[in-house]
Amino acid sequence: MIRLEKRAQPSQFWTFATPFLAVVLTMIVGGIMFAALGSDPFEAIRTIFWDPLFSEQFAAYSRPQLLVKAGPLILIAIGLSMGFKAGIWNIGAEGQYIIGAICGAGMGLAFYPIESVLIFPLMILAGALGGWAWAIIPAVLKTRFGTNEILVSLMLVYVAEALLASVASGLLKNPDGMGFPGSRNLAQIPSTANLEIIQGTGMHYGVLTAFIAVVFAYVLLSRHMLGFQIRLTGEAPRAARFAGVNPTRIVFLCLGLAGTLAGMAGMYEVSGPAGQITIDFNSGYGFTAIIVAFLGRLHPIGILFAGLLMALTYIGGELASLMLGIPSAAIQLFQGMLLFFLLATDVFISFRIRLTSGEAA
Amino acid sequence: MDLSSINPALLIASLMVSATPILLAALGELVVEKTGVLNLGVEGMMITGAICGFAIGVNTGSPVLGFMFAAMSGALLSLAFGILTQYLLSNQVATGLGLTLVGLGLSSLIGKPYEGIKSPTLQKMELPILSDIPIVGPMLFSHDPMVYFSVALVAATWAVLKYTRAGLILRAVGESHDAAHALGYKVVRIRILAILFGGACAGLAGAYISLVRVPQWTEGMTAGAGWIALAIVVFASWKPWRVLIGAYLFGGVTVLQLNLQAAGAKVPIEVLSMSPYLITIAVLVIISARGNHGAPAALGKIFHASQ
Repeated sequence: MIRLEKRAQPSQFWTFATPFLAVVLTMIVGGIMFAALGSDPFEAIRTIFWDPLFSEQFAAYSRPQLLVKAGPLILIAIGLSMGFKAGIWNIGAEGQYIIGAICGAGMGLAFYPIESVLIFPLMILAGALGGWAWAIIPAVLKTRFGTNEILVSLMLVYVAEALLASVASGLLKNPDGMGFPGSRNLAQIPSTANLEIIQGTGMHYGVLTAFIAVVFAYVLLSRHMLGFQIRLTGEAPRAARFAGVNPTRIVFLCLGLAGTLAGMAGMYEVSGPAGQITIDFNSGYGFTAIIVAFLGRLHPIGILFAGLLMALTYIGGELASLMLGIPSAAIQLFQGMLLFFLLATDVFISFRIRLTSGEAA
Repeated sequence: MDLSSINPALLIASLMVSATPILLAALGELVVEKTGVLNLGVEGMMITGAICGFAIGVNTGSPVLGFMFAAMSGALLSLAFGILTQYLLSNQVATGLGLTLVGLGLSSLIGKPYEGIKSPTLQKMELPILSDIPIVGPMLFSHDPMVYFSVALVAATWAVLKYTRAGLILRAVGESHDAAHALGYKVVRIRILAILFGGACAGLAGAYISLVRVPQWTEGMTAGAGWIALAIVVFASWKPWRVLIGAYLFGGVTVLQLNLQAAGAKVPIEVLSMSPYLITIAVLVIISARGNHGAPAALGKIFHASQ
């Protein structure tokens, strides 16, 4: 008989170890999956995890991509982790990301063709506000009517996607685009372009913002009263009430922060790597960021590394589909499995596995 | 706009078809939630059921086999959720989300070779005598077997939950797992069975979309139907017949929206296509504003026998 025995204290060792264990397990099962798809599993794993960084042929292109892809993931995941810590389940980051991008791009395009250094900051502000507003909807409904924020935030993703389809072929459509859907290319207009700060590194303003967010979140959670209140609300809601924590305020704070960061991520993406508002410029970062947040243990530093790792699977996945013909959907499955194995192995943190003989309770 | 082009009898008939997947998925989730488990992976199980049912339907030429296989694939996927949440005590919200992500990835991986193929679909089953009634006949009694099956399943679920010992035990587990455990019921086993039932229902629901309603495979074709099913359970206050009402109301809105688009309504197409989601939000708000009655007391709580 295998039995779970509750630990007196959560295990420090396993808190650090389970993400690594989950990655290893995912590699093993993923390798079996790649083998079933008809590729050499070892080559596939090497192509995904090693080649983007160290292969002579691809590294020059892939290395900067690491930061480009990790930036939005980290930025969104930092915001989400605050809510998840407090037991507020915002799973609609994808929608907040889209709305942020639309608002940011809209602000930039409104000034076209004026050139000014003030335009880009205004775009950041518009993106942040757009994402914030989209996330505040579930916050208001939750605090005012007790509506489940999981379902509302998710439904708003579909609404945002419909809006995106609308503006890409309507309001924000490039008038000089020969009738093709999609906005003007923001990355090619000096005032609206989110350029690399250091050439050839992939370090654009969004990545910089992500790093600042990591530091900010770390300080907030470990040194500030609000961070303590967020953690308390998640771990012991009743105790938080007695300690005078205002739950409404926490809901607004967590959802608002997540929306702001996701909106900014969307704006940086659309003005840099994506370049323009198109019907499918969003590549699902809002959902992958959920995996990043959990893989990073909802801890800012952990999220930083988890974001880089997840970015690596994106780039490696593209490489694997190019070189080995592995379908890109396999990578999506790979990322999903990672979350699954992480949640499965998390049992070791608070429980000890005991082998007992005979009948147990 | 030409409203007279919308035929009410046809509208109700297509409403039942469009509501059936949500009805099946919501009914499965209702049973799961009645045992106190919140499985947010409905969307993932549905889309996996959709592609598995479609693949088997195309390869064997038999939609019935497709449905059976879809139910099995949904159940298998839900078993992963069951093992994680019941034996490894993981967080149900996170695990359900993970299940959805896995299901979406898995389905698009399996589905690549099947894009653009038409599947065999279910034959209409005209109920004798009843389908000859004018207006009501073609409206209610001339559907494919899955529509009748879904309504029968509502009745069966209602009867089992309300009148049988099994239903009573199931509800007890959902209201207080500690009390149920103290009475000697196998909480984990009962929950796993309910989760399997929910997975099978979601699989059937997905297959209904890919084999009957569309009938084709496109990536991400469930388009949030699984999430809407979750919302319908809340709307229904965890009561089977109200799930039926909720699903049919929702199906009505969807069909009406499509009919309005076809009739050339002066409403922008984006507004119409986002309306199902906006209406879901509005309904959730109205229901939650009245208070959270009917939710099983142990919903989403982790059970470990040593406590």
